[in-house]
Amino acid sequence: MQTNDDILQAIRIEKTFPGTRALDKVDFHLRRGEVHALLGENGAGKSTLIKCLTGAYRRDGGAILLDDTEVDPRDTFEAQALGIGTVYQEVNLLPNLTVAENLFLGRQPRRFGMVDARAMNRRARDLLADYELDIDVTRDLASYSVAIQQVVAIARAVDLSGKVLILDEPTASLDAHEVAMLFRIIRRLKARGLGIVFVTHFLEQVYEISDRITVLRNGQLVGTRETASLDRRELIAMMIGRELAAEIHAPRAEAQQGPLRYRFRNYGRKGRVRPFDLDVRAGEVVGMAGLLGSGRTETAELLFGAHRADSGEAEIDGRAVDLASPRAAIRHRFGFCPEDRKTSGIVGDLSVRENIVLALQARRGWTRPISRAEQNRLADHYIRALDIRTADREKPIKLLSGGNQQKAILARWLATEPEFLILDEPTRGIDVGAHAEIVKLIEALREKGLSLIVVSSEIEELVAYSTRVIVLRDRAHVAELDGTRITADQIVEAIAATNERRTS
Amino acid sequence: MTSFLRLYFNRLLPQLIALGIIVVAVSLVFPGFLNLQIQNGRLYGSLVDILNRGAPVVLLAIGMTVVIATKGIDLSVGAVMAICGATAAAAITSGHSLAATLLITLGVGILCGLWNGVLVAVLDIQPIIATLVLMVAGRGIAQLVTEGAILTFNDPGLIFIGSGSFAGLPMPVVIWLVFGTLVAMLVRRTALGMLIEAVGINRQASTLSGVLTPVLLIVAYVLSGLCAAIAGIIAAADIRGADANNAGLWLELDAILAVVVGGTSLLGGRFSIAASVLGAIIIQAINTGILLSGFPPEFNLIIKAAIIVFILVLQSPRFRTAFAFLVPARGASKPSERAAK
Repeated sequence: MQTNDDILQAIRIEKTFPGTRALDKVDFHLRRGEVHALLGENGAGKSTLIKCLTGAYRRDGGAILLDDTEVDPRDTFEAQALGIGTVYQEVNLLPNLTVAENLFLGRQPRRFGMVDARAMNRRARDLLADYELDIDVTRDLASYSVAIQQVVAIARAVDLSGKVLILDEPTASLDAHEVAMLFRIIRRLKARGLGIVFVTHFLEQVYEISDRITVLRNGQLVGTRETASLDRRELIAMMIGRELAAEIHAPRAEAQQGPLRYRFRNYGRKGRVRPFDLDVRAGEVVGMAGLLGSGRTETAELLFGAHRADSGEAEIDGRAVDLASPRAAIRHRFGFCPEDRKTSGIVGDLSVRENIVLALQARRGWTRPISRAEQNRLADHYIRALDIRTADREKPIKLLSGGNQQKAILARWLATEPEFLILDEPTRGIDVGAHAEIVKLIEALREKGLSLIVVSSEIEELVAYSTRVIVLRDRAHVAELDGTRITADQIVEAIAATNERRTS
Repeated sequence: MTSFLRLYFNRLLPQLIALGIIVVAVSLVFPGFLNLQIQNGRLYGSLVDILNRGAPVVLLAIGMTVVIATKGIDLSVGAVMAICGATAAAAITSGHSLAATLLITLGVGILCGLWNGVLVAVLDIQPIIATLVLMVAGRGIAQLVTEGAILTFNDPGLIFIGSGSFAGLPMPVVIWLVFGTLVAMLVRRTALGMLIEAVGINRQASTLSGVLTPVLLIVAYVLSGLCAAIAGIIAAADIRGADANNAGLWLELDAILAVVVGGTSLLGGRFSIAASVLGAIIIQAINTGILLSGFPPEFNLIIKAAIIVFILVLQSPRFRTAFAFLVPARGASKPSERAAK
């Protein structure tokens, strides 16, 4: 099937966590002597794939072939012994031991049953000489910079494993000079025939160092391409998605008829998102597009009062309002589905019923409990209306699948009868069926006259339901598309254009 | 409603079984254990004794349950007992009326709770550290109040709280029964219980859903302080004096243990006041039982530890899944739930 050039093959790898399908039959082929970039937005499945390859996770399905023989590493030690070494973003060595001890931990050269420190230090120096590193190996690792620690980690991993090296965001905390040094080392290792997997968020570095690129999205393989023949725009489109194209509806120019309701002027917070102006009408869906870290989530949180704005003002129906906290925002009939469902959305041990009534109950205050009968009625209503698949309403929500958890959180807000709904990545990590249902729900809510802000990494999805799209970059709102200008190409162009400007 | 009662019963089943086994075991070794007599219109007997002696830990456990449900812990309750006992003794000996003494004392307890609550909820200090402050400082404060001596008093009203009786039951038992019922009603008849559980399970999600998390956290610690104040009054009234050094010593650990034996997770979330009260009674039953059984006293702590380990093993999720077939009640409730639909 594949040429023998492949040193590592991962075939149809599957991994499921409660509530999410982290990897869905992902194929990955690594050639001898190549640097292979593994890309994708947060939650795409990059780190899950790596952890399956290194044995940190047990995969649920699929096969891993190393040098054409099937392997099944049960933990990282076994993977190392087989030849797969990993270096993580946060160096996982022991800072209070010397460089030499770190390099030879667990396999120190011995003499008469004692550690032979002199031999160990000599071998450590020899080893590091290959990495153009001439340092005092008897000093504590902690006394060196992160870049050097990174190189020590690589040296250890290569010395231990020697076939495949996985680098998980190694450059995240390095400066340009250090990155250059790291890349020299990577090229040298490549020349020695190692297969190197390189995970990063920095696209410039991908183009500088990698031979091929594999993109994952939502736990699925989008594709593997030669770096030289893949231009940046196409790469971004692969990362943020366009295969929902089949579901695209004609961009609706007829929208925007509702009255202007929400006006934000010069709204911002230092260190989170630069001041922006935003108007939202009734019956409008404003999409927020941009790459990871562009300020999308920060904008959503600011609008909901999860963080207090330190500049600008907000107006609803012409009256100034203070959105200092989620409670204040909820009083003005705001609702917010956060990006990270598990840590900020669901209350895992509580039942589906309790999760649905939570926001409404919080707004009424503890002295005015919602009667059990009313809670049951609300829960049953939304379980039916949103087709939340659960055995019964008393099931703890953490046992539901991701899509159904998301629907329950939507139900939590719908129960408060909101007028302004902020959805941050409402379709991330959920299966295709639930995905389509949530997209439909967003349209239904818009038709009912709600105002919605939807943050999404899925460009085609934004095209499908947005009446306006705001593009963000570097924590600022940089472009706004409306009417017929809302197309996947235009959005990708806007993101890529600004992104290229940053690189130059 | 019956299914609701059955669920409630199922929740308390492990604790009831444990208590039953202990009572039966002790009564085998010490036949007089189950005897109850009425003298001067008041019940006497070892069982009543357990309920009476257990009063401070039961009260502490009530407050501790709510604090633990918020994913917190209150190490200061023993020290707050000492402060409040000292306050009550000082107030009554300096000529305040009984009502004023009680109000002042409860107020001091609430103040202590407020201190803990503000440290945890507003300053965002880890609960174990925040309450450690008052645990250490509290005994010092109590000593300042009593001026280093054991402050005795003979106000009949205050003494009545420790050793009087009402409707045939010792006053401490009446107090924790009434107070425990009130708190249980307060948290379950209002939305307080659910909101506290939500905060304990996922504080961030709760805040984003509009729950007033800081206020709920403070309420939990204030309730714990109030419980400690009542326990402190009972402990002082019982010995007719305030002992700043020994009142409530190590009882915070018994209270935490009672909550755990009651099946509330230290990770916060789902809680049951009734189960914690049962947990406290179980601990007291073990204490009294060992004493009555005539074991050499040096074995007491080890036997207690062994019994508690046994109870915790019974509750552990792994044990429950492995031996699910032994506990028919859990499985049996499910078909009936489905039938009810």
